[in-house]
Amino acid sequence: MSGALDEEDARALAGREVALIDLLDRLLQGGVVLAGDLVLSIADVDLVRIDLRAVIAPVDAEHPAPLPL
Amino acid sequence: MTESAQRQHMVYAYAVLRPTPEAARAVAVLRGVADEQVGLVETGDLAAAVGPVPAEEFEEGALKAGLEELPRLEALARGHHGVVAGLAPLGAVLPLRLATVYRDEDRVRQVLQERRDQFLPLLERLAGHVEWGVKVYTDPTDPTDPTDPTDPTGSLASDAAVPAGATGGAMGGEEALSPGRAYLAARRRRRRGAEEAWQTAARTAARIAEEAGCLAVGRVAHQPQRGELAQMPGGGTAGGGKPGGENIANDAYLVSADRAEEFRSRVLAAAEGQPGVRVEVTGPWAPYSFALPPEPAARPEPV
Repeated sequence: MSGALDEEDARALAGREVALIDLLDRLLQGGVVLAGDLVLSIADVDLVRIDLRAVIAPVDAEHPAPLPL
Repeated sequence: MTESAQRQHMVYAYAVLRPTPEAARAVAVLRGVADEQVGLVETGDLAAAVGPVPAEEFEEGALKAGLEELPRLEALARGHHGVVAGLAPLGAVLPLRLATVYRDEDRVRQVLQERRDQFLPLLERLAGHVEWGVKVYTDPTDPTDPTDPTDPTGSLASDAAVPAGATGGAMGGEEALSPGRAYLAARRRRRRGAEEAWQTAARTAARIAEEAGCLAVGRVAHQPQRGELAQMPGGGTAGGGKPGGENIANDAYLVSADRAEEFRSRVLAAAEGQPGVRVEVTGPWAPYSFALPPEPAARPEPV
């Protein structure tokens, strides 16, 4: 096998059935950050991320994780 | 295009890559976040995969509102990922952060030129590599897990099985163990069990990190996944992972493409036979978690 991706890798990479939460980990915390033009500055993206935590990660003293701990 | 027609569109940028004929062929079949035809903007030895998107949906206010609504965020994220994933087989692609939007293509060219010295080494580093996600969970459904409430030999059942009156003299009541004491004892046992499960999982996570480190050229620790989205069916894996369990490690590894399968099987093997622990490997991904230029502001937060 060479350094190039084989067909199976390519299919897996193209698959859209990835879990949203795994995707958001990467799209909101990874990826090159460039300042866009009219849009969200880096600081704004961080704000959005924090807002999103309310949906994605509501773990705090008032809203403990719904887990059998 | 007239001035007013240009104003109605903005340019959504997905990824930075090399302007090769293969890249041109790859974008030609891709549609983006607004179902638009994706194309390349080139300048010298760099290109960006971009698409024209309606300004009314992607100007600041609308975009911000969209990012705060989960269904719209999901559509945007999947649209963005569709393009990046379609380009990833080219072997060297630098995914951009979600929602990077420009006024026009000239601005994209300008940014490519300004950041050329950062993009070229990054592209070189990521070429021929894929990203794997490795998530370690405590597993409350494991039959050996002492916290398992369905285990008939488990702690809860034995509490309930104490015959009434066996210690009646001491208790002076109808029940062997008062409901309060039984509850506390069970709770203590459950908590101890959960702690043990967590420690086992933490040890396994460390072993896996060690094993994975042998094959990977980079590692980024993401925040463990919590909350509603992590609990949703399909929130765990593409196959709709088993529910429950606490995510204690959520790491991304950068691995040479020709060792990708070896990485996957070795990580899964390292997790095999570990009681009370569940491991998920996701990917291969385009190298999202490693597309970070060497500037302090863009570094992943230490975990």
